[in-house]
Amino acid sequence: MKDRLGDSGENMIEEIRAKAVRRMSLFTNAVGIDAVGIDERVARLNARSIKKSSKLQALKLALSMVDLTTLEARDTAGKVKQLCQKAMHPCDAVPGLPTPAAICVYPNFISIAKKALKGSSVKIASVATAFPSGMSTLKVKLDETRWAVDQGANEIDMVISRGKFLTGDYAFVSDEIAAVKEACGPAHLKVILETGELSTLDNVRLASDLAMEAGADFIKTSTGKVQPAATLPVTLVMLEAIRDYYYKTGKKIGMKPAGGIQTAKTALQYLVMVRETLGEGWLNPDYFRFGASVLVNDLLRQIVKEHTGVYQSLDYFTKD
Amino acid sequence: MAKKPIKKTIKKIAKKVTKKSAVKRAEITPLSFNTGWSYDPAPESADHVKLAKRYELFINGEFTAPNEGKYFDTVNPATEAKLAEVAEASEADVDRAVKAARKAYENVWSKMPARERGKYLYRIARIIQERSRELSVLESMDGGKPIRESRTVDVPLAAAHFFYYAGWADKLDYAFPGQRVKSLGVAGQIIPWNFPLLMAAWKIAPALATGNTVVLKPAETTPLTALKLAEILQQAELPPGVVNIITGAGATGAALVKHPGIDKVAFTGSTDVGKIIQRALAGTSKKYTLELGGKSANIIFEDAALDQAVEGIVNGIFFNQGHVCCAGSRLYVQESVAETVIRKLKDRMQTLIVGDPLDKNTDVGAINSKMQLEKIEEYLEIGRGEGADFYQAPCPVPKKGYWCRPTIFTGVAQSHRVSQEEIFGPVLTIQTFRTVEEALEKANNSPYGLAGGVWTDKGSKIFKVSSAIRSGVIWGNTYNKFDPTSPFGGYKESGLGREGGLHGLKPYLEMQT
Amino acid sequence: MSARDANESVKDASIQAAGRLGIAKTYKIYIDGKFPRTESGRYFEYAFKTGTGSANLCWSSRKDFRDAVTSARGAFAGWAKATAFNRGQILYRIAEMLESRRSQFIEELTWQGLSTLEAEKEVATSIDRLVYFAGWADKYQQVYSAVNPVSASYFNFSILEPTGVVSILAPEESALLGLVSVIAPVIAGGNTCVVLVSGEKPLSAVTFAEVLNSSDLPGGVVNILTGQRKELLAHMSTHMDVNALVYTGSNAEEIKTVQLNVATNVKRLILLKDWNRENPNLIQDTQEVKTTWHPIGI
Repeated sequence: MKDRLGDSGENMIEEIRAKAVRRMSLFTNAVGIDAVGIDERVARLNARSIKKSSKLQALKLALSMVDLTTLEARDTAGKVKQLCQKAMHPCDAVPGLPTPAAICVYPNFISIAKKALKGSSVKIASVATAFPSGMSTLKVKLDETRWAVDQGANEIDMVISRGKFLTGDYAFVSDEIAAVKEACGPAHLKVILETGELSTLDNVRLASDLAMEAGADFIKTSTGKVQPAATLPVTLVMLEAIRDYYYKTGKKIGMKPAGGIQTAKTALQYLVMVRETLGEGWLNPDYFRFGASVLVNDLLRQIVKEHTGVYQSLDYFTKD
Repeated sequence: MAKKPIKKTIKKIAKKVTKKSAVKRAEITPLSFNTGWSYDPAPESADHVKLAKRYELFINGEFTAPNEGKYFDTVNPATEAKLAEVAEASEADVDRAVKAARKAYENVWSKMPARERGKYLYRIARIIQERSRELSVLESMDGGKPIRESRTVDVPLAAAHFFYYAGWADKLDYAFPGQRVKSLGVAGQIIPWNFPLLMAAWKIAPALATGNTVVLKPAETTPLTALKLAEILQQAELPPGVVNIITGAGATGAALVKHPGIDKVAFTGSTDVGKIIQRALAGTSKKYTLELGGKSANIIFEDAALDQAVEGIVNGIFFNQGHVCCAGSRLYVQESVAETVIRKLKDRMQTLIVGDPLDKNTDVGAINSKMQLEKIEEYLEIGRGEGADFYQAPCPVPKKGYWCRPTIFTGVAQSHRVSQEEIFGPVLTIQTFRTVEEALEKANNSPYGLAGGVWTDKGSKIFKVSSAIRSGVIWGNTYNKFDPTSPFGGYKESGLGREGGLHGLKPYLEMQT
Repeated sequence: MSARDANESVKDASIQAAGRLGIAKTYKIYIDGKFPRTESGRYFEYAFKTGTGSANLCWSSRKDFRDAVTSARGAFAGWAKATAFNRGQILYRIAEMLESRRSQFIEELTWQGLSTLEAEKEVATSIDRLVYFAGWADKYQQVYSAVNPVSASYFNFSILEPTGVVSILAPEESALLGLVSVIAPVIAGGNTCVVLVSGEKPLSAVTFAEVLNSSDLPGGVVNILTGQRKELLAHMSTHMDVNALVYTGSNAEEIKTVQLNVATNVKRLILLKDWNRENPNLIQDTQEVKTTWHPIGI
């Protein structure tokens, strides 16, 4: 190793590229996905009927997996503080509720969130790498990532370069992820594939494999800024990719569907999918998250309905 | 300054590479599926199902007691509890029914404008849709199939068959260019217990659409939905005698086949009985169609979408408890991906739920009868005895009732009995192959020829395989898909004649050149 | 009952007698699954042949036609993709809805000059015709498609696909049966349409739109306009986003005009001399043939 770390930095870059190219050879036998088959499997999974105590258990589990999110261009310190308050106190009237796993914000608000969340177990996830478009230089993206981690982010949600991916420059996409992972230091890295822009499930599978090989701790569906955002078929493809990767390497990668998950019913469909694809090992906030905001109140509504037997109104749950 | 971060990256990659191989060398723990969060029972209510204590024969538009006053029980295979008493039709009853069908044919049905015949079939289709919940619950109770299947597959398809054939009634001139067609007369129809209501629809709808009348004998373990259908026929105001439903066992069926008053026999069941019927009809001018057994090959190539192919395996052999004539009961997987496919299949089997057919989460229901369960268990013994490797999903099953866990045999060869003979249960044999030619040769190496499945991402290979396999239905990148417009039937000893689609009209018509 | 009619009955009744003013129906057009008035605000009065009243019908403009085409185009992708079974079910549902309104349609036909007996026959035939074409929706493909035995190792198949948006000039002489006869085969095959109804007998068409609207038929699949054929003929035959034109009638000048006009975008022109028949060729008229080749091999 030491011999190869020659004098010029170009040799080292060449090394990295060579390794990346070897990794790319994995992709010449890229996995094909049958979209009709995926849709049918999803329909079967959606036919599962979750009732009574198993429903209550799932609702609380889902709540503990939420990354409570605000990513609007008009966000302010006040908005973020209120979001943190909601994360720490989703519904004080109901005892024994877990808190969301994390809040997810733009990096400008990490320090504010840090102060607001002091003493709680809620983590801070920040987007970075010129979210949501990713259209900037590597330097800017790495600087932003390092700054976010310095500010106190526990988790970084990055975006891949979709344009490069669609032109087939997989080495570029892979190198970028590896570099951001390095810049993350102790923070864990979620890689957003932006599946709504990838057009085919084959591409979703390829992007998933690529991201995992390059160092992702989590693979995530969407920025939430593009329709469609998270869908069940796309999630199934990503979970199957994670399963194959696990059997190949023994490493568990997490998964996060984000955007468009608004009802408890949908959230439970995702949990059924995780349970029947990856099993118990992934049914916890360490390996599965929901990127959502209004979902929390619908989960709370359903939890209270399970307790009381009475259908609830949103008037009784705080909107922060 | 640039050196440091790149050095770190290379070190990290090197570490990762060695770490990765280190983990690979160690055992990777299989995924664990059934600990922690599980599903509570989600029973479908049976309260609204109107079940009588005793059912009579449906002859000439009304329910009438059997001539010899004999009845037999029908039982819920999941609970072993008796559901109802059902009439046993004697030879005299068969005679009554055939005469009623003949009278209705001569005086009413063959004289009715075709358009009006079609309208009755449309009515029946709509009423089935309206009463679908009751029919699906009853189907699950009587036969053991999961409620999810009876209400999403069986009942909607039954309605769709009536709807499709209703439209053909006044359009037969277009089905056979240049030919004038005529109905045959009275059709004697015998159906099996694996899709009771759907098989009744497959038989009755085309027969009526083409102007024939019917005497139908449902299977003895699953008479109830056919009898509910009789009530629906009454509600639709179908003229008396056009459809007659006579319950009974083998003797009733034999009497129907032998009766000189029928013009055509339509039979779905085992190959052995099919041959008996063929012999019984020798020397008569009766037409017949036979839809018999199968041992269909499901072929997975290395370039298949593997996760979806595994789902196709499950749909092919575990769906409906494997009680499917066209089940993909022989798996051929290309050796290069065999280990991966079997691992994925075993993982998938962990999440199959075997249990109460009326629970909405049940994937695999009860085996239809004690007799059938004994047959399946005999084959499990044979397979183990022959030296095949045996694996069963370790799922809990209820104490009462007839159950068989989804089972796979690996290390199987063509010469094992379990890979030749139809087991008719949730039991799959798995063999490997190396080349396309080998797969085709092995797939065709069977007296059966009902269906086949081919899994590959390459379009031209699908067409090549489909043209080479000697079976009546080929599923490409899917399995067990049915549609009223799509003809179904076998090659070789899997039967003759087609049901469904335009081709399904022919068996019920006489071509007049 | 029209306003005039109701007033008459009140005049005749004694003060104690029960007299009730009827609520007269406003006859609007049907575009995109909704019932707007014509954007032009124009109307033409139709006097009931029974002398029991009259109605003001929308005198549709070219802009109404333009909007209807936009709506039909928007609805086309979804309707063409619907399963044949689904389309058949919806056509059957239209028949169900028409059957349940038999007496209303019979009465309305008498206002347009038919005897009660003729009206009963026309309504019954119209319902049966809908059922006839409902039954073809999932069968015409089997009759008209082909697998072609080409002389090389290819799987070659030809199937029918709907042509797209169809302009229809409904028969002048028939209030209901003619309308049903020209619409049913077009939509059974997956097309969407804009129909200019009979000018001589326009009432049933508007009521038929209500039947369509309650039949699970997606908005925009059938659009119904009342108005003047001579005003709209040019637009219906020149519009660049219309794929086919169905013409009924035998006016030589009109025919020559449409024959020239369809050249703007090579529209398919269907001259229906005899619209009053039941035949799947009527479906085939507004279908294209798509042939696909794929190798057979390893």
